[in-house]
Amino acid sequence: MGGEFVMLSLTPILIGVLAAVACALPGNFLVLRRQALIGDAISHVVLPGIVVGFLLSGTVNSWAMMAGAAGAAVVAVALIELIRRLGGIEPGAAMGVAFTSMFAFGVLLLEQSDTSSVHLDVQHALYGNLESLIWVEARGWGSLLDPVALAGLPPELPRIAVVAILMLAFTVIFWRPLKISTFDEGFARVLGMRTNLIGFGLVIMAAIAAVAAFDAVGSIIVIAMFICPPAAARLMTNRLEHQVLWSIAFAVFSAVVGYVLAGYGPLWLGAEDAVSAAGMIATVSGLVLGIAALYAPHRQRSGAPADA
Amino acid sequence: MWINSTSARSMWIEALTLQLGYNATLVAIGAALLGIAAGATGTFLFLRKRALVSDAISHATLPGVGIAFLIMASLGGDGRHLAGLLLGAAVSSALGVAFMLWLTRRTRLYEDAAIGAVLSVFFGFGVVLLTVIQTVSIGRPAGLSDFLLGMTAGMLYRDAVLIATAGLLAIAAVWALRRPMTLVAFDSGFASASGIRVRYVDLAITGLVLAVTIIGLKIVGLILIVALLIIPPVAARFWSDRVDHVLLISSAIGGAAGYLGAALSAVAPALPTGPIIVLVAFALFVISLLFSPVRGVFSVWLRHRRQQRRIHLRQGLLAIAQDVPIYEHFTIALLLRAGFVRGDGVPTEEGRRQADQACRDEDRWAVARRMHAHESVVSRFDGLRPLESLLTVDEIAEIDRQLTERTECKEVAS
Repeated sequence: MGGEFVMLSLTPILIGVLAAVACALPGNFLVLRRQALIGDAISHVVLPGIVVGFLLSGTVNSWAMMAGAAGAAVVAVALIELIRRLGGIEPGAAMGVAFTSMFAFGVLLLEQSDTSSVHLDVQHALYGNLESLIWVEARGWGSLLDPVALAGLPPELPRIAVVAILMLAFTVIFWRPLKISTFDEGFARVLGMRTNLIGFGLVIMAAIAAVAAFDAVGSIIVIAMFICPPAAARLMTNRLEHQVLWSIAFAVFSAVVGYVLAGYGPLWLGAEDAVSAAGMIATVSGLVLGIAALYAPHRQRSGAPADA
Repeated sequence: MWINSTSARSMWIEALTLQLGYNATLVAIGAALLGIAAGATGTFLFLRKRALVSDAISHATLPGVGIAFLIMASLGGDGRHLAGLLLGAAVSSALGVAFMLWLTRRTRLYEDAAIGAVLSVFFGFGVVLLTVIQTVSIGRPAGLSDFLLGMTAGMLYRDAVLIATAGLLAIAAVWALRRPMTLVAFDSGFASASGIRVRYVDLAITGLVLAVTIIGLKIVGLILIVALLIIPPVAARFWSDRVDHVLLISSAIGGAAGYLGAALSAVAPALPTGPIIVLVAFALFVISLLFSPVRGVFSVWLRHRRQQRRIHLRQGLLAIAQDVPIYEHFTIALLLRAGFVRGDGVPTEEGRRQADQACRDEDRWAVARRMHAHESVVSRFDGLRPLESLLTVDEIAEIDRQLTERTECKEVAS
């Protein structure tokens, strides 16, 4: 059991957990700031960016594709601002125009260009490819100490680990400005904080998390992890510190349980093949949110009624 | 496929003039009807500032498609009956809406978090079902992923008829409900005070969005159908400030995008239809953004330039009347071009005459601004327009009577 588990399941689970945590951390602030759908928009515009990055570099060099994705995120933000300013259009609709158009452009570009030699298609972009990120060199738990085997780790693992650490560092270092500007922007400005800079930095961080996670697990987990764990955590507590910890716990729980259910659930039921791990992780995070909405201690608004 | 040869060009023309065959024509008409319905419905959604609700509705259709396929396939048959799949999509997307409303009403989460949660979780579960379908190998699931991005190539005749009919029904429903929906979208407080049940109208709008999504599933696909609901009203917003006009223009843009996109995709059968339709809609949006005479970028810029010139010219004429030197190059250039000054800066006869006129007008405006009778006129214009064009001869005479002999305008210079 041990050897097979390390080879086939350890790295996908680790990548899933790290991606989930990397998205959930900035997601906490996005949910509180009513910007939850930014994750949705970013994960759509990443597609044309990755395709353009691939076409320009001609290789599946992931740094070129990451740069393309980051460029696309910047283009999207600029386009949304342009539409908002020029037309006096509300941000939600401006976002809808920008990300659907860019996604459509990405799909057509992808279908037009010859990407048959590489693993790049629309389905992959949506569902990711978590199951295939196996550690071929692993022979058992002992391989964790074997430098030769460690060199064969899927490159997605160190990349998403770096990004997860970056997100953690961002959250810890900028904790005070993030917290104050999220809850009381006016007060933050009085204290001399550059609130629009903080907001912009948060969006950039979310974009980095989305791009890195997208590369490893596909856009569906990205959107789910930006929103579901933080939203469920929001219903558990009134303290932001606790909310962030809860959201990490929910993200890890969703990733592990989702992966196990997808990989082993069908076998327990007598079926032969596994189902989509990305889809199952999103489903589990939704179930967590549903249970939190039913039973969590702080699910109700306190004070003013809902319609106010 | 985008080779710029003559044969390709004639294919494009054939596609746009509907000579590609009976089925392609029917699909293009169906897509046009869908676009009209989407443009109209989207207008109300957009005015209610809830455009992205449609994103949750459309993504929530996927599990329904999967379950409907599994049920139909296990009952025998290949499981690909379009009406059955669409029914499943409608049920699961209605569940998604219910879940979204429940989250926003019963918990303290905001609507955007509820939208994102529903769209990602339902879509994720749908993906799980799609892999289940691949695993159990019943029926013929090959076409199911077409629902993601739309695929009109090889659409069955009966499916095209179904889509066109449903599109017509959706348009009829929008037309029937347009008055209460306009009222609620424009001013829900007033609508509520006039006895309209705002919650029911909102439900009707959501229901129409759901209908448009279901109808568009096969043509545009569930990921991009939201574009057909959002882009036309946003584009139409640049053409008019009136709700009824925006509604009509949005429908026209949606219809054009659907028709052109479906026709173009008939030339390129290997490509998914949804992205083509969305990019046509986006092109129409860009045209509106740049060239609309009402709020387009160019017309706003031109208006700005014209206003700038009028102000410079007026300032120049007043300077002539007051005999102060003009240093501003742009003003001098404008005066020269109008023939009001000569090259050496000395005013011409015509220039003097115009300057006096400008001076008198300035004085009249100053008087008119002090008179309560003209408050409504005065507050609406910027003071550059000759007052004669706004007031009657008698009113001008009354103003002139109040003007003192030494005019205020020339007083500045002395």
